[in-house]
Amino acid sequence: MGSRASTLLRDEEIEEIKKETGFSHSQITRLYSRFTSLDKGENGTLREDQVNFRGFMRTLAHFRPIEDNEKSKDQNGPEPLNSRSNKLHFAFRLYDLDKDDKISRDELLQVLRMMVGVNISDEQLGSIADRTIQEADQDGDSAISFTEFVKVLEKVDVEQKMSIRFLH
Amino acid sequence: MFLLLPFDSLVVNLLGISLTVLFTLLLVFIIVPAIFGVSFGIRRIYMKTLLKIFRWATLRIERGAKEKKHPLYKPYVNGIIAKEPTSLEEEIKEIRRSGSSKALDAPEFELSDIFYFCRKGIETIMDDEVTKRFSAEELESWNLLSRTNYNFQYISLRLTVLWGLGVLIRYCFLLPLRIALAFTGISLLVVGTTVVGYLPNGRWKEFLSKHVHLMCYRICVRALTAIITYHDRENRPRNGGICVANHTSPIDVIILASDGYYAMVGQIHGGLMGMIQRAVVKACPHVWFERSEVKDRHLVAKRLTEHVQDKSKLPILIFPEGTCINNTSVMMFKKGSFEIGATVYPVAIKYDPQFGDAFWNSSKYGMVTYLLRMMTSWAIVCSVWYLPPMSRQPEEDAVQFANRVKSAIARQGGLVDLLWDGGLKREKVKDTFKEEQQKLYSKTLVGNHENRSRS
Repeated sequence: MGSRASTLLRDEEIEEIKKETGFSHSQITRLYSRFTSLDKGENGTLREDQVNFRGFMRTLAHFRPIEDNEKSKDQNGPEPLNSRSNKLHFAFRLYDLDKDDKISRDELLQVLRMMVGVNISDEQLGSIADRTIQEADQDGDSAISFTEFVKVLEKVDVEQKMSIRFLH
Repeated sequence: MFLLLPFDSLVVNLLGISLTVLFTLLLVFIIVPAIFGVSFGIRRIYMKTLLKIFRWATLRIERGAKEKKHPLYKPYVNGIIAKEPTSLEEEIKEIRRSGSSKALDAPEFELSDIFYFCRKGIETIMDDEVTKRFSAEELESWNLLSRTNYNFQYISLRLTVLWGLGVLIRYCFLLPLRIALAFTGISLLVVGTTVVGYLPNGRWKEFLSKHVHLMCYRICVRALTAIITYHDRENRPRNGGICVANHTSPIDVIILASDGYYAMVGQIHGGLMGMIQRAVVKACPHVWFERSEVKDRHLVAKRLTEHVQDKSKLPILIFPEGTCINNTSVMMFKKGSFEIGATVYPVAIKYDPQFGDAFWNSSKYGMVTYLLRMMTSWAIVCSVWYLPPMSRQPEEDAVQFANRVKSAIARQGGLVDLLWDGGLKREKVKDTFKEEQQKLYSKTLVGNHENRSRS
């Protein structure tokens, strides 16, 4: 039934998603087709965390490239999901596992462990984590807040590194 | 009974006449040519007419959509996002370089490393090479089947009428015809091979067996209205060899077996399939395994080796992918058949999805639903290429040989050559892939063991 995907998504829904995320009409229908092919259980959500299509699109919207004409648009409306600040916030939330707006040493260790597997010892990993927090921490609470996170990454080309280029 | 109205007998007469006409048509135009292996060319004319109609239908839809100023859903064959073919190392170095003013290329963790992983992850969620191989290929133009239509709302009246006509022809004329043919073909196969099985072993038995098999497969080919073009028939598999082909559906067997006499390999099933299997093995030495034996790789390899070593035995037909793929790519070939040491005759099969999609999505449709879908499509059009025989070279192992054969088949059929296992249709990716990535990333953190000089 994946081929009838675009007819299952109503036009009003597509308009709402377009406003919220900034994707074009054809991109939304294409991604809906993809969502249905990933949704093996066919119950409208993706298995592990029960993500529905709106949530799916909201997450993907963080990775839209920042276009120049958007920067000057609508200053009164809510910040677009793919702004530099929101992209950084997305990455911050990947580290901040308990969602307390701070990256603690333990959380950093856990994420590091996921990334390196069994290839690095606990002591080495611990010293890497300590050094990272030391360099970033400015208010002395041995944790990284969002502001400190942004400061550390101020030179990184976030717009390019956290963007996916669409072909159409 | 005594209220038989006058036109009841008329109806009965009409029914009788139409059935007779149907059966005569069947016999003269389809079954007799199948027995002798000749063709009137009716199917090709049918194919050409259909193509013209499809082109017209697509233009109407595009026109209709333009009039309503609505964007059309167009399937994109090359994916929807641009992926950079850079490695993990290069990308992480780049990210660190742009953000840090420290010494370049010194291995050190940066908070920005995570950008690489989440971007790659989201890219793969949006578009990956494997998931799309297990669903039917999307068509560029509409072929008047509702199952492939993505732009339902733009059909004009004329087009709807044409579509309705198509439904009528397919379900009321073609379907009964095809079911009758399939029934004939299968029963002839079962009866014929059982009869041949009673003959004493010898040249006569072989000759008759071969022709019974070929005749019945040809009838089945016509039961699906399969229009097959064979290329390079001089490379057809010979005795003592193994024929390998890419797998899209169970119909592949019928397509290949109607042009050559093969020994099949497979698991014994129950029901109708099992009955056919038990019948054909009486006439011809097919290699059937019990369910329990299939897991024992050594036993399978032993029986296959015994078969190929007897040079007088028929070529074995094997599909090394192990599962049905949607005919846009070729996935990993299991190395079992390439370890045996016989000459391999690769065959590439490419279906044209315009007339009917032959891919069997076994997680969506059962066998019977699948066959019905086949029989209610317009036709099954495919090309078969017989590639020159290949043997394992002394310096390659079975896996490399399998990959070499796979590339040859992919190249000839115009399919994408993938290294991924077709088993991913039902199973998750092995952890070893994740561990590889973790190892690569660890190297960027602590460098190689030799130049680690800090704690």
